[in-house]
Amino acid sequence: MTLLVSFMITSNAIAERLVAQLSKEEVAITANFDGSEIFIYGAIKHENSNKTTDPLEVVITVSGPAEKLHVRKKSKHAMIWLNTETIEIDSAPSFYAVASTGALKEVINNTENLKYKISIREVIRSIGNPATIQNPTDFTEGLIRIRSENKLYQDLDNSISLTDETLFATTINLPSNLVEGEYTIRFLLARDGKVIDQLSTTIPVNKVGLERWIFDLSRQQPLIYGLLSLFIAIFAGWLASAVFRYIRI
Amino acid sequence: MQIYLPIAEVSINAFLLLGLGGFVGILSGMFGVGGGFLMTPLLFFIGIPPAVAVATEANQIVASSFSGFLAHFRRKNVDIKMGFVLLVGGIIGAAIGVQVFALLREIGQVDLLVKLCYVLFLGIIGILMFFESLRAIRRSKNTSLKRPTKKRHNWIHNLPFKAKFRTSGLYISVIPPACIGFIVGILSAIMGVGGGFIMVPAMIYLLGMPTKVVVGTSLFQIIFVTAFATIMHATTNYTVDMALAVLLLIGGVLGAQVGTRIGLKLKAEQLRILLSLIVILVCLKIAGDLVLEPKELFSLDMGIKH
Repeated sequence: MTLLVSFMITSNAIAERLVAQLSKEEVAITANFDGSEIFIYGAIKHENSNKTTDPLEVVITVSGPAEKLHVRKKSKHAMIWLNTETIEIDSAPSFYAVASTGALKEVINNTENLKYKISIREVIRSIGNPATIQNPTDFTEGLIRIRSENKLYQDLDNSISLTDETLFATTINLPSNLVEGEYTIRFLLARDGKVIDQLSTTIPVNKVGLERWIFDLSRQQPLIYGLLSLFIAIFAGWLASAVFRYIRI
Repeated sequence: MQIYLPIAEVSINAFLLLGLGGFVGILSGMFGVGGGFLMTPLLFFIGIPPAVAVATEANQIVASSFSGFLAHFRRKNVDIKMGFVLLVGGIIGAAIGVQVFALLREIGQVDLLVKLCYVLFLGIIGILMFFESLRAIRRSKNTSLKRPTKKRHNWIHNLPFKAKFRTSGLYISVIPPACIGFIVGILSAIMGVGGGFIMVPAMIYLLGMPTKVVVGTSLFQIIFVTAFATIMHATTNYTVDMALAVLLLIGGVLGAQVGTRIGLKLKAEQLRILLSLIVILVCLKIAGDLVLEPKELFSLDMGIKH
């Protein structure tokens, strides 16, 4: 696959290259973390300034660590709404944003979208659903709808500014309910619906300070963590009782 | 002020959490319930993942019930002996309950069964308690002079292993309290609650303990059962969120102190009627969620072990 891609790009007579930069090197989740934003910018190098009629377009995707999950659907049985159908999604990103210079559908044609897995529907992978499920796509749509409401999936058409077919910039807002891990940022340069160059980089999203310490302790020393939690609880209970007695006398 | 919770991995307003803790803490001190039956659904509602909510709630209940317990202990309103009998049953019940919970998770219906448990138990107890308290209030109005002190003699008094519970003024078999503790232990592990809302009425109506002693004794048992649950959750599921627990318990312990003092000023019947109304309200809310068509038919379950 990689071979094929590089072949396609080098075979292209008009060589344009992407150069990109992020406003920060990592996203630190601190105790008062309330979402963050990454300013992404870059330029298009025109090595063969052979002007064609079709304009250049830029697409940027940001994706969080992928995970396996179940999507359940409720239906009514004997007056009660309960989970009756379940499908397993083999891989769905915990966060996914697609920004583009125009409407994504016009910037990238369908074949290229399938090949490069650009839109969120192409990124979510589910295989081998039980035959009893009639509309498996409903489940994927449900997943996209729920995550979009939580700003975890973002369709950002027309959100990249492109100046003189050279300089581009955009801002991606990361919500507060972010999962830790390596986030991948992909840059795609397109012309006439086809991808002519791509580039990708990663940015780590990590808990730091107290958040880091609490999380690590809970995983590495669960018994000590549990006992510490209990100690805090008992101490707080005693303190409140003692303080109130002191005030009341 | 937003705060990022390290285990729950969501960002929540700190004052909202303090307020919730305080509100539930007041109820905890007033009625001798841990408040978990209110707090756990409230935490789901503000966006805490259910597994984290249940485990962290257990930790928080330790704090608020310990604070409430101390206040009652100083007033000698705790039957320690009865508390230990309840506790033995409670720990065994909780250990079994955790296994049942794991089994339900496998089937993928844990959510439904937890909610059905809530509706069933809250409904029955709320309604029973409400009508009993109404009768008690009417009785005390009609014959304000003579308080019915008739000793009820039923099958409970014919069981073996009798023991004297001086603080409660009872001479009964240890089997009924141990059984009550056991059932409460199972339910507390499955429902993510301390179990006070079941234990308090059971102690009043089944064992015939005086209301004043019931509250402190119930808190005593809840401390240990929820402490046990906290350790179990922390070591098996890694779902206890220390930061969330601290915020909830700051509000909770303060609330519990205020609640204990409010509780001492109210008459036992009034206290019971109030508690019964709250229990019925929560029951109706959860029943509504089950019966009404949900806005979103789909739900995500990320808890798949890799």
